[in-house]
Amino acid sequence: MLNAKIPAGPLNEKWSTYKSTCRLVNPANKRKLEIIVVGTGLAGASAAASLGELGYKVKAFCFQDSPRRAHSIAAQGGINAAKNYQNDGDSVYRLFYDTIKGGDYRAREANVHRLAEVSGAIIDQCVAQGVPFAREYGGLLSNRSFGGTQVQRTFYAAGQTGQQLLLGAYSAIERQIALGNVEMFNRHEMLDVVVIEGKARGIIVRDLVSGELERHFGHAVLLCSGGYGNVFYLSTNAMGSNVTAAWKAHKKGAYFGNPCFTQIHPTCIPVSGDHQSKLTLMSESLRNDGRIWVPKKQADDRKPTDIPEDERDYFLERRYPAFGNLVPRDVASRAAKERCDAGFGVGTSKQAVYLDYADAIQRYGKIEANKQGLSNPSDDVIIKLGNEVIKEKYGNLFDMYEKITGENPYETPMRIYPAVHYTMGGLWVDYELMTTVPGLYALGEANFSDHGANRLGASALMQGLADGYFVIPYTIGNYLADEIHTKPIPTDHPAFVAAEKEVADRINRLMSIQGSKTVESFHKRLGKIMWDKCGMARNEEGLKQAIEEIRQLKAEFWSDVKIPGGINEMNPELDKANRVADFIELGELMCLDALSRNESCGGHFREESQTPEGEALRNDADYMYVANWEMKGEHEWQLHKEILDYEVVKPSQRSYK
Amino acid sequence: MQHYTMNLTLKVWRQKNSKSKGHFESYQVKNISSEMSFLEMIDVLNEELIAEGKDPIAFDHDCREGICGMCSMYINGRPHGPWEQNTTCQLHMRAYKDGDTIVIEPWRANAFPVIKDLMVDRSAFDRIIQAGGYISVNTGNAVDANAIPIEKQKADDAFMAAACIGCGACVAACKNSSAMLFTSAKVSQLSLLPQGDPERKTRVLNMVAQMDKEGFGACTNTGACEAVCPKGISLSNIARMNAEYFSASLVAQ
Repeated sequence: MLNAKIPAGPLNEKWSTYKSTCRLVNPANKRKLEIIVVGTGLAGASAAASLGELGYKVKAFCFQDSPRRAHSIAAQGGINAAKNYQNDGDSVYRLFYDTIKGGDYRAREANVHRLAEVSGAIIDQCVAQGVPFAREYGGLLSNRSFGGTQVQRTFYAAGQTGQQLLLGAYSAIERQIALGNVEMFNRHEMLDVVVIEGKARGIIVRDLVSGELERHFGHAVLLCSGGYGNVFYLSTNAMGSNVTAAWKAHKKGAYFGNPCFTQIHPTCIPVSGDHQSKLTLMSESLRNDGRIWVPKKQADDRKPTDIPEDERDYFLERRYPAFGNLVPRDVASRAAKERCDAGFGVGTSKQAVYLDYADAIQRYGKIEANKQGLSNPSDDVIIKLGNEVIKEKYGNLFDMYEKITGENPYETPMRIYPAVHYTMGGLWVDYELMTTVPGLYALGEANFSDHGANRLGASALMQGLADGYFVIPYTIGNYLADEIHTKPIPTDHPAFVAAEKEVADRINRLMSIQGSKTVESFHKRLGKIMWDKCGMARNEEGLKQAIEEIRQLKAEFWSDVKIPGGINEMNPELDKANRVADFIELGELMCLDALSRNESCGGHFREESQTPEGEALRNDADYMYVANWEMKGEHEWQLHKEILDYEVVKPSQRSYK
Repeated sequence: MQHYTMNLTLKVWRQKNSKSKGHFESYQVKNISSEMSFLEMIDVLNEELIAEGKDPIAFDHDCREGICGMCSMYINGRPHGPWEQNTTCQLHMRAYKDGDTIVIEPWRANAFPVIKDLMVDRSAFDRIIQAGGYISVNTGNAVDANAIPIEKQKADDAFMAAACIGCGACVAACKNSSAMLFTSAKVSQLSLLPQGDPERKTRVLNMVAQMDKEGFGACTNTGACEAVCPKGISLSNIARMNAEYFSASLVAQ
């Protein structure tokens, strides 16, 4: 039976009760305790820095050449916090409620409430670190709104919020490195967890420059290794983002929660051809001002600017008048897919819709003209002034769009289409962020905990930093208080030797195949299966086929993959093969999970379960649980349910109409 | 946008590891679409090399959306290629035409030793940040975020400096391999903000000392760094750092 260890008491007192009653480790003992942190994005860097500040001995690992490169850096739009600086009725409860509702009632109340409670402190901490958030002329912080909410609670730094927050956390970790509290291992990839007497005690890593395997001991291990959207091959993730650390933990006994919960982001630059290696997001913040539409006529080949207003279908505004263009991501994505599938798509591939700024440019232009006291300004002047405002708000995104597509979005609407962006699923963790393996924790996108079946915009940054700055420093003490008598275990312990041998054997096996197909070709094929059958819409028949196809792909991979180069040297193809092998296994589990959840909720849309209007139809009677999978053997998993108990919020059919 | 395909000659720096001597190797790539990114063109070449049983070209890349700062190619004598304010990963093949020859090298600087082919070791940048590129505030020490109003212009200027992605193009472009633009961007960001004030003097002195220790060259105000910076980090940051350094040294003595 899974025990989420949710503290007793009223929802809004749980976290403060926990903090005042959890066990502590005194400073002298902290110095003797070693903690391993895998991944240095927002969750990992903030955790490593905060634990180093507390006096623990921390070792941090990342596969990139510097902790500053982690993919949190690419988050664009913003970070939510219940500050209510705008006096528009925001509160901790509202942020909590919006997040639970946005997640379509598949997240754990206690965790989400804690997230909302600490959200304000995150903004304080980041400002203290020198993160240059956008400000108003009075010198105070500026906010904007994001999907799924009706208040302005999103803090931002142009379209580079993730970058600025990560550089803040990076500066904190670098400071701890300089002070000797954190030891940093760049260009290292974790390839196994070492479990001794049921507890996580270390990891095996590969030095990606020399190819050598290394053993590292820790009293506890924190996986902050991000999400697994790259299982789809094409996603907005970085090229190196992978599931390997989490997957190794899964194979060593950590349950995987809701693996099929994937976020497909509505506003990405469409695929341009077979050569495509990744997809680029256009921030959700663009939906604040942009209007999404397709022509009312099918296969309308006119230039968008030549299509008159009354021949345009602003389908989000039409279907969801209350939230309009700011409906949550899952809803917006499905609506775009519906229009394209029905033949209204635009661009050469017809797999795109327009995101149009013409109205916003006019509106801002007129406001600016007013401010400057211009009477009867000409259209050109209005457009010029409006463009300036848009440039200040979204300039870097517009530039990026132009670089990729060669089109100027100030003059012609952007073409966008949904793409895989984030994975709500991940390692199951309890209230303390511990997985089912004692001493093994998962933070940030790597865990399943806070976003249910759909994540709201500007909440990923909030969760990563909440876990790292304000949750783990408390909850880890509750575990380590029992470990103060555990001496560091020498890495010649048989468990370390065996784990390293397992890793070495697998690498040897991969390198000895010398087949005929590249790693990349397998990854692409996996991605196609996943996108076609486990993507924005899923059905029983397709999922069953997908499982068969993935099993065949796995057999083919392990008999016909071709990896050049050697083992004891830098070998990016081998690194990739290690990751793709794990993605293939994960893909099968995702399909299995999607198959077993015969309801639609959030980003998970089962075609069998929809309302007559085509909206997702939840089935709370049978599926109000977190699906946790335990690996039993090859192609074999056992389901463990964590029943979700809603004490405060009353689940209802989500409506944004 | 009109799309087209092209055939190209690539001259790529190949170097087995940090100890071996490198050399240029020529490759022909065919049917490259103008819609591809530059790195996707290299992907295509690498897939061919693997199929032929050859060693693919090693290069750093990760986000492929111009923000992580990992990609680092010196293309036809210019870091990140011909486009203004751009990274290699955002460079697209419509910048080239059929029959072009493209020379691709790694960043060249003593402080950035080559690891393999086009990959270099930029950990010197991390060590410069370790020397003082932070505000010493432990988690939990912060006051309310709106307790310190900051003049919008200063906040905006700090943001402009903080936009640096740490790619190292500034060093690669500089004839002296100076890291002044990188270092000054961080010094500027933190000296413009009131939160950075308490450590203002030690920060600039320590970061500059570390920069020198890493073997980066001196600045002669040529401005090549600013010209190639993918994020448009301004040369005025260097002026600001010099002023900060000057006043800090006076007080220090």
